[in-house]
Amino acid sequence: MTKVSMTVNGKPASGEAEGRTLLSSFLREELELTGTHVGCDTSQCGACVVHVNGVAVKSCTMLAIEAEGAEVATIEGQAAADGTLNTVQQAFQDHHGLQCGFCTPGMVMSATALLKDNPKPSEQEIREYLEGNLCRCTGYHNIVKAIMAASGQDVSAIAAE
Amino acid sequence: MPKDSGIGASPKRREDQRFLTGNGNYTDDINLRGQAYVHFLRSDVAHGRITSIDTTAASAMPGVVRIFTGDDFEGVGGIPCGWQITDKHGEVMQEPAHPVLAQGKVRYVGDAIAAVVAETADQARDAAEAIELDIEELPAVINMKEAVKEGATKVHDDLTSNLCYDWGFVEENKPAVEEAFANAAHVTTLELVNNRLIANPMEPRVAVGDFNRSTGDSTLYTTSQNPHVIRLLMGAFVLGIPEHKLRVIAPDVGGGFGTKIFHYAEEAFCTFAAKALNRAVKWTSSRSEAFITDAHGRDHVSTIQLALDADNNFTALRTDTYANMGAYLSTFAPSVPTWLHGTLMAGNYKTPLIYVNVKAVFTNTVPVDAYRGAGRPEATYQLERVVDKAARELGVDPIALRRQNFITEFPYATPVAVEYDTGDYNATMDKLEEIADLKGFAARRAASEAKGKGRGLGVNCYIEACGIAPSNLVGQLGARAGLYESATVRVNATGGLVVMTGSHSHGQGHETSFPQVIADMIGIDESMVEIVHGDTANTPMGMGTYGSRSLAVGGSAMVRATEKIIAKAKKIAAHLMEAAEADIELKDGAFSVAGTDKSVAWGDVTLAAYVPHNYPLEDIEPGLEETAFYDPANFTYPSGAYACEVELDPETGKVSIERFAAADDFGNIVNPMIVDGQVHGGIGQGIGQALLEAAIYNEDGQLLSASYMDYAMPRADDLPFYQVDHSCQTPCTHNPLGVKGCGEAGAIGSPPAVVNAVVDALQSMGKDITHVDMPLSPARVWTAMNE
Repeated sequence: MTKVSMTVNGKPASGEAEGRTLLSSFLREELELTGTHVGCDTSQCGACVVHVNGVAVKSCTMLAIEAEGAEVATIEGQAAADGTLNTVQQAFQDHHGLQCGFCTPGMVMSATALLKDNPKPSEQEIREYLEGNLCRCTGYHNIVKAIMAASGQDVSAIAAE
Repeated sequence: MPKDSGIGASPKRREDQRFLTGNGNYTDDINLRGQAYVHFLRSDVAHGRITSIDTTAASAMPGVVRIFTGDDFEGVGGIPCGWQITDKHGEVMQEPAHPVLAQGKVRYVGDAIAAVVAETADQARDAAEAIELDIEELPAVINMKEAVKEGATKVHDDLTSNLCYDWGFVEENKPAVEEAFANAAHVTTLELVNNRLIANPMEPRVAVGDFNRSTGDSTLYTTSQNPHVIRLLMGAFVLGIPEHKLRVIAPDVGGGFGTKIFHYAEEAFCTFAAKALNRAVKWTSSRSEAFITDAHGRDHVSTIQLALDADNNFTALRTDTYANMGAYLSTFAPSVPTWLHGTLMAGNYKTPLIYVNVKAVFTNTVPVDAYRGAGRPEATYQLERVVDKAARELGVDPIALRRQNFITEFPYATPVAVEYDTGDYNATMDKLEEIADLKGFAARRAASEAKGKGRGLGVNCYIEACGIAPSNLVGQLGARAGLYESATVRVNATGGLVVMTGSHSHGQGHETSFPQVIADMIGIDESMVEIVHGDTANTPMGMGTYGSRSLAVGGSAMVRATEKIIAKAKKIAAHLMEAAEADIELKDGAFSVAGTDKSVAWGDVTLAAYVPHNYPLEDIEPGLEETAFYDPANFTYPSGAYACEVELDPETGKVSIERFAAADDFGNIVNPMIVDGQVHGGIGQGIGQALLEAAIYNEDGQLLSASYMDYAMPRADDLPFYQVDHSCQTPCTHNPLGVKGCGEAGAIGSPPAVVNAVVDALQSMGKDITHVDMPLSPARVWTAMNE
């Protein structure tokens, strides 16, 4: 076991990790940040996406010890302290961009990373960017719509709410 | 103006706050003090005899608590099946034993052989690798038609063959059907495969067993759509724990789609081991494990024939299906190809004579059971493909042929044992033609062709039987359970309500939509109503969520309980206002006396119920809490019409969905936003089935598509925006809400639309291709074009 320290959602955090411990497991089991979900074991589903030093990363593809000293942002750090949702989160609620909620943390973190690099993505750019995030509930319709809305685009012409 | 609250409004979902902030409480988020972890050693061969299991070295590995094998489960019950089919000869189906851990033989890749419990999950996995195992491999039985041949290797040595049942429906109709075919002016025949699918809810299954040494009670936390059903099946049939000593909790569940209905061996193991070891035991499925242990769906091979007279009226229909059961009978498996499939073969049409044959077959594959739609997609796909093929053969417009044969008068008793209460199939088809802009198709095809692409339009209808189900009826059909639903409505002294429902929400948004109904009935704010579900300790016996039943059955129970609450509250209000009970009216959260200005608020009445100082104690008890069980009188029959437009690249065979429209009739709608979301998700899964997904076994019984690297899940760029509409509403006549259910429609209605569209595109490109089996991958389409 090795002691690993990092900054998570702006606060110092540390815990014990084996060499093989994945960042996703470390966040969930050691730091008890269970908002980051694990939906597969082949780095395909994207439910575990977090930001490491400002970059979207599937936390199951990274060892915990590789995040030593890093700035990590997870879904738990996205809303204001009083629970007020940020723009992306609010758009997901407003446009029913989630159902069971399991893929949602990864979707929100991916969408946030996309909008940082591309503030007004087209529908196609959003769909292509989400290639690494699987959702089984929504058929993606309302997720794509929510992300367009979060970027300030008028989505009223897109088929029914 | 859209309403902002109550029935018909789309308030924002209250569950979203916790899901969007990482505060959901899924089963894998639960860790109990002193918890150990289990890892299952699973068979990597499809069929074999276990000749030895040596756990000596593994038991000495660091952190190992105990290793369990099949021997530890001698005397423990097997996993039960909840449905018994009687075949066409009047014999009951063959039903093999289904042990918690393999006993003597393994029967599919993934069958659990041993369970290693250790201090950490990694230690359990490491030790499982150290178990020395000898398996004498036997020939694998994979192909259904081979499996039922004389002399085939048997999956279960103690059964007479691999045939679970040979079902004929309705057997007495068979001679008349044969005669109608003999006299037909035209017969269209189609052989097709309904591809085997894996449900793949994004949350893998998890089970945490716990044992309370103080009370002797067992608790299971599990990813289930129906915790009471698990409690009953596991308690009564597997472990012998009475229900009052067993609590099952299904907290936030990350999608189900059917595959989380069933009682699985891992649930029984964790509950059993927690008691044996006197500590909590947790199992978290990896996705790789999910592929080889979650019940699969579909997997039918069918031949369907449609007979028409000289005026193109449908005169008879017959279909023969081989349905894969896998290696064991999962909870509802036998009902899927029979009562959820044969009874739907009339579809939207007044075909007078129908005969359905289904041979259910055991193979060395993962058990197959209900997946979103369950039997109804298989029925719809066969029917809507054969009707489309008939239209093409006859040179008539496929929509006109459908309209000509639509059922138009209700109630309508089909020749396959069900009675549709309401519907208006022309209305949904009219609506579809409008929203899909079918008039504009020719121009869009021309535009595609100008780019060197083919373009096709596919249209189909569907009907489904939802709101599952009338208990007395399903009892006659072989169900070993009732299919009612329950609700307890507890009104607190200060006027707020807690509704404890047997329904379960795993994405459907019940915490938002159910209060809309209650709030409307009483005239109070939705925020005063809280929904409790998913815990057998604080909800009445319920049957859970599947078969698009939550609102139609669970919601009806909730309405009935609330009606009892209102009736009692009126008695209290009458007493408080010294008026006759018959004169009391409830509106906008206040009770008034008709024709007077006397009024008393909802909160004053609820307070009086719990502080009964001025109260009719001689007539009624204090308190305000009521329970209702609702057993539906019939199924509900949602219906609709779907249209898909595809573009086809002749160079690669790649199909892209350009437009998709759905016009559904769900009866009354409580929350349009949630209904749209349900339809979107169903369409996404249906397009997935049609274009992408397939669980493929090789002849040795290895699942080749056993990860997201190989099983093509629909991704955002595979799918379009959908045009959905549910303004056509013929309310259900036999439940108090007039609702029909919307959860499965998309998955039922969409695959034939996609395949019809691809065949249309191929035909328009001069290819004489009348069918391609799903999934319509580029390889399959290209091969069909170039063969």
